[in-house]
Amino acid sequence: MALSIEDIKKVAHLARIEVSDSDAATTLSKLTGILGLIEQMQAVDTTGIVPMSHSQDLSQRLRDDVVTKTNLRDEFQKNAPALGNGSTEQAVAGGLYLVPKVIE
Amino acid sequence: MINNSLKQLGDMLQAKKISSVELTQTFMARISQYNPSINAYISLDEAKTLAQAKAADVQIAAGNITPLTGIPIAQKDIFCAKGWRTTCGSKMLENFIAPYDAHIISQFDAVGAVNLGKTNMDEFAMGSSNETSYFGGVKNPWSFDRVPGGSSGGSAAAVAARLCAAATGTDTGGSIRQPASLCGLTGLKPTYGVVSRFGMIAFASSLDQAGPMAKSAEDCALMMNVMAGFDERDSTSLNRAKEDYTKDLNKPYLNKPLAGLKVGLPKEFFAEGLDASVASVIETAIAEYKKLGAEMVEISLPNTGLSIPVYYVLAPAEASSNLSRYDGVRYGHRAAEYTDLMDMYNKSRAEGFGAEVKRRILIGTYVLSAGYYDAYYLKAQQIRRLIAQDFTEAFKKCDVIMGPAAPSTAFKAGEKVDDPVAMYLQDIYTISTNLAGLPGMSVPAGFAQGDDGKALPVGLQIIGNYFDEARMLNVAHQYQQVTDWHVQTPDLSLLEGKA
Repeated sequence: MALSIEDIKKVAHLARIEVSDSDAATTLSKLTGILGLIEQMQAVDTTGIVPMSHSQDLSQRLRDDVVTKTNLRDEFQKNAPALGNGSTEQAVAGGLYLVPKVIE
Repeated sequence: MINNSLKQLGDMLQAKKISSVELTQTFMARISQYNPSINAYISLDEAKTLAQAKAADVQIAAGNITPLTGIPIAQKDIFCAKGWRTTCGSKMLENFIAPYDAHIISQFDAVGAVNLGKTNMDEFAMGSSNETSYFGGVKNPWSFDRVPGGSSGGSAAAVAARLCAAATGTDTGGSIRQPASLCGLTGLKPTYGVVSRFGMIAFASSLDQAGPMAKSAEDCALMMNVMAGFDERDSTSLNRAKEDYTKDLNKPYLNKPLAGLKVGLPKEFFAEGLDASVASVIETAIAEYKKLGAEMVEISLPNTGLSIPVYYVLAPAEASSNLSRYDGVRYGHRAAEYTDLMDMYNKSRAEGFGAEVKRRILIGTYVLSAGYYDAYYLKAQQIRRLIAQDFTEAFKKCDVIMGPAAPSTAFKAGEKVDDPVAMYLQDIYTISTNLAGLPGMSVPAGFAQGDDGKALPVGLQIIGNYFDEARMLNVAHQYQQVTDWHVQTPDLSLLEGKA
């Protein structure tokens, strides 16, 4: 199936990546090439083949339900980005991260 | 000294012929001289590095030495190392200071190895030339206008230029083996699950695996002894008994040390698409293996060609999920100007990621989106099983598989940068082992002449069955006892003075 500019914009929206109109056109041509490569898969008959997600078909290990992580909040918060929109202050307050208001 | 093996360096440290500080300073001086033009390292921290070297000297003086104590190692910038800037080659993480250590970093710390710095790489390990790095490309020490391969291009160039004693890499589709091939190194991607992924920045979690990049199979074995092992913090780490990867290396001398070894040669690895100059080097290496006693068996891996389409569904799908964490909220790049939360996400990600990373996120998002999941993701997982089954069948006829690691020698910088599909074909011989979860390595096998007359390294790939790393390392080691390709070094004299 051929991709359109609208498809690129829709996927970019789902991926939360802003694309300009000129970027969308370039991206369209590159992604069309990559999808052409991927289309080779459709020629293979895979009826009845169990999908493989782990190389040794192992399921995930279970562990005891105990606390294993140490609290690194202060360390983590040192990496918070600058608030933006004119403020170079770190986007943290009282141990929380600051984002634009989402509830009126 | 810079050309000595890890074993020789360890012996010199133990005999107090040299201190770790002296050894580390030797490499630091070379880094100062050559790195400004080679660009193998993204981050250096002389104070931290020297503090580790001093601590190693104290440890050695106390008689508490292990094979890598005091040895200066370069770490790919995909591994979190506490207090070190850890960028993964991306603007997104340009200012990220790792708050904790990756498992392998703590393993190296525990034995007293010295961290020389964080090496350059393709952004989020997505690339085969190191050209997608936000921090610039890396020069191949064998030919300065060519790429070192990728994504572990900085580690490869650092080992080849002797800017470290050994380095770490990661391999999702060939990112250890292809740069090892292009830079004339020995590099090993272990069986999936052998080395912990904890603290290794995720690209495609079902394929990512860390491994050593070094001067010889023996050096790789010593690195593996530190890197491998169970870690409960990685849910896919395999709980196996600790293994000594050097155990097969020092068997008594035999005239035909590999007698009885069956080597499978997949006809698909020698078909169209392989450069004639690379094919001829690989054939010479195979002839050498016959002299060592190995028996050659023709095998077939019929689904090899499908490994690239399958990979470019699965890896981007997993990447689109893994990279959704970069949202500009808690760490990483946040756009300077935005209107609301959605706009902040969209702009932060548009600015923080480079073109190739965005392409892969978009491909991954597309193949996972409603209506396409079965046609792409599920289909790819089914063909992944067919690819793995090819290897299961092949290993009924042979002990190891050999072929080229990459279809060509190092190509010129800029040559494939605008053609993603051409770049993806660099990994045609390496991707299938990641899909199957098998171990693979690249071993220096000689040189082919580039069109400009430059001698460029060629790597022989050795693929083993699950958990057969020790055998593979021995197979490579025996070859390195009778050949000297792995001890050749590039001429950096033309770079001197540029620093």
